[in-house]
Amino acid sequence: MSAPGRPKRELPLGGTTRSVQGGQLTAPRQLATAARWRAWEFVAWLAIWAAPLLFAQHAALINEIAILALFALSLDLILGYAGIVSLGHAAYFGAGAYGAALFAKHVMPDPLVGLAVGTAAGALLGAVTSPMIVRGTDLTRLMVTMGVALVLLELANKFDDITGGIDGLQGVVIGPLLGRFEFDLGARVASFYSLAVLFVVFVLLRRIVHSPLGVSMRALRDNRLRLQSIGLSVQARLAVVYTVGAALAGAAGALLTQTTGFVSLDVLEFHRSADVLLALVIGGTGWLWGGPIGAIAFKVMHDLLSAITTQYWTFWIGLFLVVLMLVGRERLLRPWTWWRQGSVR
Amino acid sequence: MLTLLFDGVAYGMLLFVLALGLAVTMGLMNFINLAHGAFAMAGGYCLIVLMQRHGWPFLACLPVAFALNALAGALLERSVYRPMYAKPHLDQVLFSIGLTFMAVAAVDYLAGSSPQTVHLPDWLRTRIEIGSGALQLGMGAYRLFIIVVCLMLALVLQATLNRTRFGSRLRAAVDDPRVAAGLGIPVNRVFLITFSVGSGLAGLGGALGADILGMDPTFPLKFMVYFLIVCAVGGTSSITGPLLAALVLGIADVMGKYYVPKLGGFIVYVLMIAILLWRPQGLFTREARR
Amino acid sequence: MTDVVLQTDALVKRFGGIVATDRVSLRVERGARHALIGPNGAGKTTLIHQIAGMLAPTSGRVLLGGRDITTLAPERRVALGLVRTFQINQLFGSLTPLQSLALAVGSRVGAAWRWWQPLGRDSGVAAESELLLQQFRLLDLAERPTRELPYGKRRLLEIGLAVAMKPSVLLLDEPAAGVPGAERQDILDTVAALPADVSVLLIEHDMDLVFNFARHITVMVNGSVLTEGTPAAIAADPRVRAVYLGDDHPGAPMAGVARG
Repeated sequence: MSAPGRPKRELPLGGTTRSVQGGQLTAPRQLATAARWRAWEFVAWLAIWAAPLLFAQHAALINEIAILALFALSLDLILGYAGIVSLGHAAYFGAGAYGAALFAKHVMPDPLVGLAVGTAAGALLGAVTSPMIVRGTDLTRLMVTMGVALVLLELANKFDDITGGIDGLQGVVIGPLLGRFEFDLGARVASFYSLAVLFVVFVLLRRIVHSPLGVSMRALRDNRLRLQSIGLSVQARLAVVYTVGAALAGAAGALLTQTTGFVSLDVLEFHRSADVLLALVIGGTGWLWGGPIGAIAFKVMHDLLSAITTQYWTFWIGLFLVVLMLVGRERLLRPWTWWRQGSVR
Repeated sequence: MLTLLFDGVAYGMLLFVLALGLAVTMGLMNFINLAHGAFAMAGGYCLIVLMQRHGWPFLACLPVAFALNALAGALLERSVYRPMYAKPHLDQVLFSIGLTFMAVAAVDYLAGSSPQTVHLPDWLRTRIEIGSGALQLGMGAYRLFIIVVCLMLALVLQATLNRTRFGSRLRAAVDDPRVAAGLGIPVNRVFLITFSVGSGLAGLGGALGADILGMDPTFPLKFMVYFLIVCAVGGTSSITGPLLAALVLGIADVMGKYYVPKLGGFIVYVLMIAILLWRPQGLFTREARR
Repeated sequence: MTDVVLQTDALVKRFGGIVATDRVSLRVERGARHALIGPNGAGKTTLIHQIAGMLAPTSGRVLLGGRDITTLAPERRVALGLVRTFQINQLFGSLTPLQSLALAVGSRVGAAWRWWQPLGRDSGVAAESELLLQQFRLLDLAERPTRELPYGKRRLLEIGLAVAMKPSVLLLDEPAAGVPGAERQDILDTVAALPADVSVLLIEHDMDLVFNFARHITVMVNGSVLTEGTPAAIAADPRVRAVYLGDDHPGAPMAGVARG
């Protein structure tokens, strides 16, 4: 069937015509190129994997960065893709951390099973709380997310016979990874473990983001009304993405417990929610690399500032936040625009 | 129990004065300002410094706490807050968290991190007892003073809002800033004055309640949730909404901590979540917010 | 005899003291070219919102193919074949037209939850998307984010997304609104090219479009139906002239009001 030129009134819809414009279909190719990995992404991952080998004395820091990156990735799903501003994401991190800790202490010390348990704990809590999150305005959502984290913190504090309270849970011993690799003080196994989990999650998410589900999430962020009008459920999608985000946060929490052999109320505190939000914003929301990049930037900044001023580094972080928000992330990364007037966005 | 109720009312009135500035800012500028607690903290520390290091009487410190914070609010609004009005809520949240961090660290540096003690004047330490037995009402003079001052403030503010020209301009600007500007209302000036007064009120509240609330550098973070609860539950489009919400919150908190100390603040958070789920636009608003 | 695919039963919508929809009973037949006209504020879009499910009526029912869908969520109605467009474009700003159409088509064929393949890997979806792009003159803009498209093209995409759902009943809310002269014809052609078995309910102010397109017209004023009938009957009706076309504009119907 020939098609070129102005379609006439009786152009049929549907039908089985497969070639348009007399040539190959361009649409599948166009859609597929968006999903392909870029060259720099391969290079970046090679560099990341090399890091624990090249910077062996900083393995503990690398481990922390990997965990924060995973945590930030999980928040990116909720914030960057579903548009939910959450100040209580630490709730799921803490659920995973405590879940893995209690599992290791009372059931079995295998880390991979414990990781699954921590992830499941985060997912469960996420699924239970997601109906609360999908309603209301930005402010009420903010409050509810904060509230959930606060409630969990209070609970963990009150039931300190189970959780160890402020002093933390003692006696958490993690078994060797895959039965062979012991978690040692050098943190080498730990850093590879965390990086591996981060990598697997990243690859999975990369695939999801370009799938119909992933694109529908971006569509949801853009225009909920339109999403409904093409027959897709907003509520169901929000619930799914929130639960997955919570599950991954739980995984990050479990990793922290397992690689440090310790968990305390600190995992549920407000500053954890604020820190991960800041890290993600530095790296940029809505593209998966924001989490890892932001985590690296944040941790490095934190370390440098803490070395300079042990107690008052929050002041400089605060100042950085204020400037970042005033100037806007795009402009901050392009110093030549600082003196240009005109709209930022 | 009546004493508890009385204490709860005092606490609630305090929260009202503290949170009112935040409620109006949110309703007026649609701006989520999590740094509001920093003004309250500044007011509290102002009182402590003036009273303890310079020997000022209690009453004299209160207007100073108001004025200093009003001035600070005005300066900050003009310089750093104004560019943030048009930005998305996430940016506003992070911005105000950043300011809060700065304030917390600054106070920690200047005054140390231990909680400050307030030496109330003698006339505020007396106590009046009415009745006896289970229905005994014990009113501390301090809390009575707080209730009276806050009530007067509420009445003055309500009168300002309803009977003055500024009040009607403010109400117009809250309803629709663009239309208000179109009518020739100097919306920027209204914002400035409102923000300034709101910050001043927070400072006053911080000074007034320093003894009950406890002044230490983590104050803004500790109480931020309470202020936000007052705004979210009470709505941001009236004075009576936050007042009622603050009273409910104050009473619930005091009673909760007394009767069920094991759970304490937990009750308040659960209550808040429940209320927000039931009525996402707040308990006391009449129309749906944007 | 006549096959009614969509009807409303004494639909009422009150906003406080205002009655936006006043016992409206509308019937749309299979294959209809049915126009809904009326002055501004007559409640036409409010009616569409209720039919499509964005607004819950105060009382009354909406029936699709005889089935009561009054309490059904909007997305479920789309699955049943009831699709609408919006008076003000509702599009996915950051997605390209290709992605938007592929998403819509994928939704229709049940591929919306797939998470393991890239969007459009299903060649049926990709082929159909490309066909739609061509039909709606969007091929050369297929890879630009929607927010960068000119208004007329966005309007075309708005209609394209609705058509992608292969509706059985299509509600078009002022498709030509605000479209500049040059691109108007594209919209008109598109509306005229809709398949004969799709039942169309069209809201429009552009009388050219209405009288060229419609075989049946309903006139709404102040939330209720004033009258309905064939285009000729409506054009000749003095009541319609009085409230809508204007008493002192005899003869030919007025041109539509330009929208910003």
